[in-house]
Amino acid sequence: MKMFALIPAYNEETTIADVLTRTRPYVDGVIVVDDGSSDRTAEIAGVHGATVMSHVINRGLGAAIGTGFAAAQSLGADVVVTLDADGQHDPTEIKKFVEGIEKGADVVIGSRMLTGFVGMPVHRRVAQVVGNLVTFFLFGAWVTDSQSGFRAFTKHALSKIQIKTNRMEVSSELIAEAKRNGLILVEVPIQAIYTEYSLSKGQSFFVGIKTLLKLVVRRLTR
Amino acid sequence: MSIIQMLIIVFALFAVTRTVLQFKKGAVSRHWLLFWILFWVGAGTVAALPQTADTLAHIVGVGRGADVVIYLSLIVIFYLIFRLYVKIEQVEGEITKLVRKLAIDELDKKN
Repeated sequence: MKMFALIPAYNEETTIADVLTRTRPYVDGVIVVDDGSSDRTAEIAGVHGATVMSHVINRGLGAAIGTGFAAAQSLGADVVVTLDADGQHDPTEIKKFVEGIEKGADVVIGSRMLTGFVGMPVHRRVAQVVGNLVTFFLFGAWVTDSQSGFRAFTKHALSKIQIKTNRMEVSSELIAEAKRNGLILVEVPIQAIYTEYSLSKGQSFFVGIKTLLKLVVRRLTR
Repeated sequence: MSIIQMLIIVFALFAVTRTVLQFKKGAVSRHWLLFWILFWVGAGTVAALPQTADTLAHIVGVGRGADVVIYLSLIVIFYLIFRLYVKIEQVEGEITKLVRKLAIDELDKKN
């Protein structure tokens, strides 16, 4: 089973090397999608052995994942595991995702709610639940951590999922696409690792509203 | 006839000729040409004969002609903004396709 890690990154030069080093042992290869970074993210990722795809301008998480999926498919991946470039995810938990896939899942979502949202600030927990509700009411798919960046997809899932969104709304869209294509989706518990650095990166309320609007448009124009 | 009525009629005529010109240049589709012509003819008619607005108001149960014009205008504006928003999302998707192709081509070149 050929497994690739897919790490979308935007200006993560301070953490990308560490994430790559800790992830590499658990996968056959790492794809880093540099989403128009102005720092040395791409260069550092290349030095640490990742296959680097570079967007000339910043397009957003959704676009980066779409590009990563295309790269993974052309590299012959059987499984793709997405994780964050800022150190929020623990690569040792990748084996939980592998277990899920081996038990027959097409899509595995790592859920921080299943570990009780430990370490997550209150306003983030609220945002999480809102995200879950939005994903459910717009697309009929219920998961306990819709905005989680720690996910795994099989080759089959990749061939079926069509990503049309560009930015943070992709998290909900991926789940919606899994539901639409009748893919088998399971959740596994994961840790939420919050450092001062990763806490500073996150969506503001205003961005959340824009994300919601884009999801509504995506739902209406399907 | 009041000045505002004349101004609106003149502007409506101007807008129609501009739209036809844009259509000939290929910048406006047949569908939108029809929409805008009907729109400006409607606007010009209401300006020239304000009674039409009052009649319409009476039919739909609104007090004044001017009010129904504003209600309709707001609905049209919201609809147009929604269409614009959808169009922008499409354009964003197309830009991403381009950026993705550049990224893939660059990778192929490296290998």
